[in-house]
Amino acid sequence: MQAKPTGDTTLIQGEHTYQSLADKLVGVVEKPPPRIWWPLVLLGGLGTAFLLYAILVTFLQGLGTWGINIPVAWGFDIVHFVWWIGIGHAGTLISAILVLMRQDWRDSLNRLTEVMTLFAVLCAAIFPLIHMGRPQYFYWLLPYPNSLAMWPQFKSPLAWDVLAIMTYLTISTLFLYLGLIPDLALLRERAKSRLARAFYGALSLGWTGSATHWHRYRAAYVLLAGLATPVVISVHSVVSLDFAYGLVPGWHITVFPPFFAAGAIYSGFAMALTLIIPLRKWYRLEEVITLRHLDWMAKVMLASGLGVAYIYLLELFVAWYSAEPYELRQQAWRFNGPYAPYFWAMMLINVGILQLLWFPRFRHSLPWLFLISVLANVGMWLERYVIVIISLSRDFLPSSAKLFHPTWVDWGLFIGTFGFFVLGIALFIRIFPPIAVAEMLHLLHKLRFHKEESHAARSDGLLQNPRGASGGDSSG
Amino acid sequence: MAYFKTPEELLEAIPRVRAAGYRYLEAYTPFPVEGLADALGRRDERIPWIAFSLGVVGALVGFGMQAWTQVVGYPLNIGGKPLLAWPAYVPITFELTILTITLGLFVSLLALNNLPLAYHPVTQAPGYRQALTDHFALYLEARDPRFDLEATRAFLQTLGAEVEEVSR
Repeated sequence: MQAKPTGDTTLIQGEHTYQSLADKLVGVVEKPPPRIWWPLVLLGGLGTAFLLYAILVTFLQGLGTWGINIPVAWGFDIVHFVWWIGIGHAGTLISAILVLMRQDWRDSLNRLTEVMTLFAVLCAAIFPLIHMGRPQYFYWLLPYPNSLAMWPQFKSPLAWDVLAIMTYLTISTLFLYLGLIPDLALLRERAKSRLARAFYGALSLGWTGSATHWHRYRAAYVLLAGLATPVVISVHSVVSLDFAYGLVPGWHITVFPPFFAAGAIYSGFAMALTLIIPLRKWYRLEEVITLRHLDWMAKVMLASGLGVAYIYLLELFVAWYSAEPYELRQQAWRFNGPYAPYFWAMMLINVGILQLLWFPRFRHSLPWLFLISVLANVGMWLERYVIVIISLSRDFLPSSAKLFHPTWVDWGLFIGTFGFFVLGIALFIRIFPPIAVAEMLHLLHKLRFHKEESHAARSDGLLQNPRGASGGDSSG
Repeated sequence: MAYFKTPEELLEAIPRVRAAGYRYLEAYTPFPVEGLADALGRRDERIPWIAFSLGVVGALVGFGMQAWTQVVGYPLNIGGKPLLAWPAYVPITFELTILTITLGLFVSLLALNNLPLAYHPVTQAPGYRQALTDHFALYLEARDPRFDLEATRAFLQTLGAEVEEVSR
């Protein structure tokens, strides 16, 4: 891949040497945090405490404390499960798919979004566990020889879901850790106190940066990226099959897997923008997370959002084309039933406001971009509300229709996971660099020094050609 | 331990050092440098093969587990559908394949690299810290038959490097 036309100045701005760049990036961890960090940790801590309290209430008093009923047996728990899992997708997408496509702009974003993924998936994983009613038996989902001689029913998407989520959590954690190892070694060598040195040293597993190690490391990293890519797509597809396998009107449609995958990427990038726009300001990372990065993220958001919008329209078409009375009634229920405001708000945001991203004016304006990304998160929450709750609230028999009213425990769990999310990310970037230092140094090398060297190379022919050099980020 | 300012200088120096007969070489760089493993003669093609074998194992175990539990271990007749409903086994087979490769590859990577490692003499070099930021280090071991403290130092300096010794 040829370097971007203006690549040498747009991805890393300012006059940087390796040393100054490394100092800047590691400084996030070594220097005291910006003042806003403390209130954020406090808020996150309070939220986490609230989450734990709501979980405790659920465990002690049972699911009756939630707003769920029959037929709306899947309430806020599943809405938030799907919502959080979707947010988790941007991390692996940025770190894995963009590695394969050799998109250099991922280098300054991947660590942050991987961290976002980790905590979003952890938040998501809470919900299916606690909504089981008897969470102490969660291990019954796993295949293990037991005295009942029973095995899980592997033909059910719910059994697939367990494995898909666990695989995803494992892979994204390992991928994050693998990327961290070289940076941990750098932190180890820069550590001032013995304690910090021992801490980072143990976590870095004694990484030395030897060429042989790097060679194997790159091979494994690129391979794992290639393997994580289909997993990203598969996770939300499997989640969508939880719905699509059911006969409930509004769920029983084969387009769900790509629908959910597109929605996941859309909401993931939206959440990434929501996080990155304030973070780059607080930590003064404007030089490495440039407006160009944000512009590209907004474009990915637009592309995946358009996929979502298209499927909204397709759903309506399929309902009409199937001439299935229950499907038609379900759509009418969404249009002008008691939940119509949710449906129309979703349409307004995910189909209407999304179109603003076509215009560079909105993509380049931080306040607008931030606003649109927050709204997109709201829009995707509404979408899950529409799919899960509106569909369930009226299925086949008019006599079984019932509305869903969330209780404070439902809201507590939701707000609590926010707290946990913020707390987790705040603590993580306090201890580990939020931008992959080794990858940024590599990028700096590719952008700056290869450009100079390639002129020299042409005269003495000693070096590799500039094309291979600028694009070859797989191991040499 | 010889330090170079750019990866290109290091890449140029290695063939000359090898031509001079040194065999026990290793390079330390802050980021992966293309062609360095080739230059050192340390190309290692095992990773993809390990991954492939792990994938085969994961797929077979994953599919086998489902097939056995659904057909032999605990057969459930649901609406007369076949017990060996292989399309329904695809998602879990896929997830287990990837899970096996990821976990296995991570462990193999560490094992091949002899990690975790509690101590490495290289890290004791005063200049080593820079080899994780902006220096590109070449490390010649004293057990090399060609190694001679003064001669080796002088030779490395002619290649344009800063040189320092590391004790065990």
